[in-house]
Amino acid sequence: MSRSLEATRERLAPILAGLDHKEEESRDGMLTLRAPQDGVRAVLAGLHAKAGYELCTIVTAVDHDEAPTPRPQDTGGARFEVVWQLHSITSNDRVRVKCWLAGEEPGEAGFSAPTVMDLWPGAAYFERECFDMFGIGFDGHEGLKRLMMPDAYEYYPLRKEFPHGGIEPDRLYKAWDKQRRQPSGGTA
Amino acid sequence: MTLQKDIFEYRAGAMGELDPDDPLSGQLVELNVGPSHPATHGVLRLKVMADGEIMREVEPVVGYLHRGKEKTCESLGWRKFFVHTDRLDYLQPLLNNCGYAMALEKLAHLEVPERAQIIRVLLMETSRIMSHLIAIGVSAMDLGAISMFFFTFDQREKAYDLIDGYTGHRMNNTYIRMGGVYADIEPELEEQWAGYFEQFLADIDQWEELLTGNRIWYERNRGIAAMTREQALAWGMTGPNLRGSGVEYDIRKAEPYSGYEDYDFEVAVGTLGDAYDRYLVRIEELRQSARICKQALARLKDTRGGEFLAEDRRYVLPPHGDVQSSMEELIHQFKIVTDMRLPRGEAYMGVESSKGELGFYIASDGTAKPLRCHMRAPSLLNIQVLPLLTEGQLLSDMVAAIGSADFVMGECDR
Repeated sequence: MSRSLEATRERLAPILAGLDHKEEESRDGMLTLRAPQDGVRAVLAGLHAKAGYELCTIVTAVDHDEAPTPRPQDTGGARFEVVWQLHSITSNDRVRVKCWLAGEEPGEAGFSAPTVMDLWPGAAYFERECFDMFGIGFDGHEGLKRLMMPDAYEYYPLRKEFPHGGIEPDRLYKAWDKQRRQPSGGTA
Repeated sequence: MTLQKDIFEYRAGAMGELDPDDPLSGQLVELNVGPSHPATHGVLRLKVMADGEIMREVEPVVGYLHRGKEKTCESLGWRKFFVHTDRLDYLQPLLNNCGYAMALEKLAHLEVPERAQIIRVLLMETSRIMSHLIAIGVSAMDLGAISMFFFTFDQREKAYDLIDGYTGHRMNNTYIRMGGVYADIEPELEEQWAGYFEQFLADIDQWEELLTGNRIWYERNRGIAAMTREQALAWGMTGPNLRGSGVEYDIRKAEPYSGYEDYDFEVAVGTLGDAYDRYLVRIEELRQSARICKQALARLKDTRGGEFLAEDRRYVLPPHGDVQSSMEELIHQFKIVTDMRLPRGEAYMGVESSKGELGFYIASDGTAKPLRCHMRAPSLLNIQVLPLLTEGQLLSDMVAAIGSADFVMGECDR
């Protein structure tokens, strides 16, 4: 059986001592830590180096726009949060780390999270997907680019304001088709 | 341990150095493999920079099958998304259903009746068998052993008959519900199901005679696309790919769900982490899954007539007959169909799928619309690791690497 919440908390207490974080309640019994935007990298690096978390299971984001719960006050009304989930096979436990992001618009300063690609190379695609879907940057991720959507795509589909039906879903195709039909133009 | 090192050195020595006297040496040619190529197992595209026959750089390009499943979940609501989980890894729809249902149950703190858990185990293991049959058969076909493909496809078709007998569909079943399963299994079908494994186990032995000791198969797979234990962990491998590299880890053992702690089975582990080890792990998992299925069928016999769906009217639809005769049940039905709410909070459920850890991270804000539903797709990671597995090796070995990494684009792109 996997380690209980109390046992995980006890195991991580000496590692997390001195790092800026607080624990949050979770409904599924996974230890959930909340860290500030400038301190989350230290928490993740500490967990990687000293707590034996070999696997990075998830890097994703949640858009809290229009949620019925008020946005948190202490972060200045942040809209997005980034979620990391780490998994230790040797000690058989998992931990979730969350952090609120300051900005809201892609490319804006502060609208980025630290990369964990150097700690877990396997997190690279997760971060690319997160950038692709929300526009969140990852500091230190070299060559961060879209994963699922075409490179020329202009929108961030998992943001709440993006409609489910898409915005001009065939726009890129039409542009390509127009170029192709021009007598002097395309090669395809 | 020493053997592993030897193989890495052998590969590096055989492929590594450029010949300075060869005028063409070092000239890279860009080669596109896919997105519609039979050996890429779906719409995967690989951008290969080839130096002669050696792949110097490999870059996977994904997204050709992206349908926006996560956005769809936010739009449709929790219940209606069940249909879409079938279309993730379409080789094992029932296992995806189970993973999603268990994530919802974890968030809602909903208990599942014992019989439903046993039925789920039976369906999950049969799904794993069907998916592994494809993985083994197709990877063998890619390397020229085409009769293996016919043998495994034949067996898979028989397994589909069982699933068809239970759900009425071969694929895209959507037979798992929050709180249990949609319908009970008939006793006749249970017996038919038990009879299936007799022939199946005999067939596995036959395939092993055909393939495992086959000189060509061995040469094409041994030492190809190898990764060490540390590499596999760093690149986020789970499931057979991680076990092939010698890590004895299985979520069914470490964090048992759906009553897996009561079943007797073993975890197959490889040693060298190459394509051949991953094949051996999958073959052994077929046997172990059959073993679990047999135990589940014995338990189904003991629990005949038991409940197969929880009776929590916040999440579980009332029986159809009651809806037509009782006003209260009609209201429950209406509320669940139009406005089913999960408590505020978040939950993560990771299940052992045939490709690795299939995880559902769901977050709810207490309304009928999901706040977030993220799927941790093992196929995405199995593709991400392809450059590590293939760079510096021969172009023709790419096929072995792709086949042994085992992914499905429907799950990768979502």
